[in-house]
Parts: sequence; C-alpha cells; structure tokens
Amino acid sequence: MNPEPNTVDAVIDAVSAVFMVVGALMSLAAAIGLLRFPDLMSRMHAATKPQVLGLFLLLASVGLQLRTWWVWPVLLVAWIFQLLTVPVSAHMVGRAGYRTKHLHKELLSKDELEAVVQKAAKAARESEADDGGNRTAR
Amino acid sequence: MRRGSLRQELPLLVWLVIVWGALWQDFSPDNLLFGALLAVAVARLFYLPPVELSGRFNVLKAVPFAVVFLGRVVAASCQVFYLAVAQGPKVTNAVVAVPLRSHSDLMVTATGHVISLIPGSLVVEVDRSTSTLYIHGLNVRNGEDVLKLRKEVRDTEAGLIRIMGTKEELAALNQEVGA
Amino acid sequence: MMGLVLTLTAVALALAAAGAIIRIARGPSLLDRVLAADVLLAILGAALCIDMAVNRHLNNLMLVVAISIIGFIGSVTVARFVADRREQPSEP
Repeated sequence: MNPEPNTVDAVIDAVSAVFMVVGALMSLAAAIGLLRFPDLMSRMHAATKPQVLGLFLLLASVGLQLRTWWVWPVLLVAWIFQLLTVPVSAHMVGRAGYRTKHLHKELLSKDELEAVVQKAAKAARESEADDGGNRTAR
Repeated sequence: MRRGSLRQELPLLVWLVIVWGALWQDFSPDNLLFGALLAVAVARLFYLPPVELSGRFNVLKAVPFAVVFLGRVVAASCQVFYLAVAQGPKVTNAVVAVPLRSHSDLMVTATGHVISLIPGSLVVEVDRSTSTLYIHGLNVRNGEDVLKLRKEVRDTEAGLIRIMGTKEELAALNQEVGA
Repeated sequence: MMGLVLTLTAVALALAAAGAIIRIARGPSLLDRVLAADVLLAILGAALCIDMAVNRHLNNLMLVVAISIIGFIGSVTVARFVADRREQPSEP
C-alpha cells in the first residue's frame, strides 16, 4: 500500500530506538538523583521519573516494534496501572519521611506544613485519650 | 448502603472489561461479553463505596489536557535530570500549602495524582476537611517560586474541573476567571 | 542499529542499577532503602520492556505489571509500618 514500506519501517525503527535510549537514560537519571540529592524527599522526585516517563517511552517503543493494533490497549493498561500506583506509593513514603523527620530543615526555603503539624501534635497531646494520628485523611 | 445507579457504575464496568480484554490480549466480541459478565459479578460481589462522579466528561478538554500533561512530564523530567547533575547536594526545597477550590474527594485525589506524577512536586500531606494539599517542591528557592508552584497546582485543578467537575464547580471557576 | 541501541541501553541500565544498589547499601534510613529498591524494580521492568521491543514479543508484559504492583505494595507497606512505629510507640 505504501510506496516505500522500507522507509516507513526505517523511520519507525529509528523512533523506537530513540525512545528506548531515552527511556534507559531516565532510569540512569533516577539513579544519579538517588546518589546526588541530599535528603529523602528530593530523592523521591528523582525516583518517580523512570516509572512514569521512562516506562511510557519503553512501552511506546514496544508498541512501535510489534506493529499490531491490539497491543496498544494492553500497553496503555500497563501504563495506567503505573500511573495509578506511583503517586500513592510516593505519597506514602513521603508522608512517612516527613513525619519521621527524615528531612533536612535547613534545605527548605519555606515549610507551611510544620506549623499545622505542631498545632495538631499539641492538640493530640492535650487529648491523650484519642488516637493522635487521625487528624488528616488517611 | 445505597447502590450506585448504572450510570455511575458504567465507567468502572467499562474499565474492568478493558482490563479483561488486555489481560487475555483478545478483543473478540465473545471474550468481551464474558468479561462484561464477570465485571458485573465483580462489581456486585466486591462492593466498594461509589466514587461520586459528576456525570460530566468533556473529551474535547481532556485530550489537550493529556497532551499538555505529557509535555510537562517530559519538561520536568529533563529539569530534574539537570538538577541532579548540576546542583546535586545544594538543591533547595519547600513545603507549600495549596488550598484547592473543590471539596469533592475525586477532584482532590485527581489533582494530587497529576501533581505527583509530574516530577519536581510531590504531595506530602492532604487535609481533607479544608481540601488543602501540602506539596513538597524541588528547587523552590524563594517566594516567587512558591507562588509559581501554587499557581501551577491551581491551574491543574482548573483543567481537571473543566474536564470532569460538577456544574457548580465549573460555574464557580468561570466566575473566578471572568472576574 | 538494534545492536548499538542494545549496548547503549544495557550500559545505562547497568549503571542505574549499580547506583540504586549503592543507595540501598548506604541509605541512611529504611525509607531511603525502600525507595532505592523501588527504583531497582523499575529498572528491572525497563530491562524487560527493552527485551520485548528488541525481540518483538509480549511475553514479559504481565511480568512488568506484576513488578510494578509488587513495588507499590512493598513501599506502601513499609511506609505505613515506619510511620506507625515512630508515631505510636506504645501501640500493641
């Protein structure tokens, strides 16, 4: 159908090759971020990256290489699973990190949560009978 | 416990059928029909509290939003890569409180998800009673950056309201923009 | 060309895995280690995806999804455990 199927093939191959290399670089970037950033919270920003953009690029290159329409919904479902789970785990780890003081205060230019947390902690101490952790949505 | 109407459950059922087809890698009608039967059975047996959808979904607004989202993910990924290589241990962060317009759980969750997926910002804590997100931003050095981050989050929420917010939220948003 | 791509991605992923393992070994806190383990799983998933793309099959796809779910469940569980232990030390 196409006048020059070989050219189209070559373009698709080149695009998927670029996607693969960039996707692998995203993993490398996450590792560099893990090693270079000073505290848990900034490391988390680096860690979410290969799981969102990197996986997207790699799944797209799989789809381009297979060249059949029915793999696209499968790949999309795999990616959406990732999109739904990554923020939740990042939030849970980040929240635990903030509460257990795994963050360097001197690296923050502004902290608008601290006052709220301290107020809530004081309130929790005053009403000892109750479970102190329930002040926010879980 | 109130059963959700079919209209409310339909997105869930469609999603379950798509997952079924994807898992078998077979989108033939008989397989999808069997998947639909299973989806109805699963939705009846393992009953979860219904997600309160607004019943409105604007596809015309959703497609550009998805494209902009992908673009921002790419840009922010490159930015975080650059920060990791160039600044490394000297990076400055902030925890910023962002009050949201909407009070529906769905909106707060969706906004938090989108914001967390974009590298460089992360939801640390959610205050459900006031629907305030506490966001940890990477490389936020001064008050200007704080304002920028807050505006970004509010813009994301505005985009989501335009896609699937309730009519009341949309009206409030339009009034705010118009004023 | 695929050979070159394979070499490049293999080098990048190997370096990334090494970095994640160093962070697992060194990480000052448990949460750092969990985070690095999560990244290591993501790198594994990336390697499986590249295998699928180069050899043109889909056998690993469910494995990739399973890996992402394992990473999710693992980090959420550990995060809850850490937060609760520090917050309410007297809880049985």
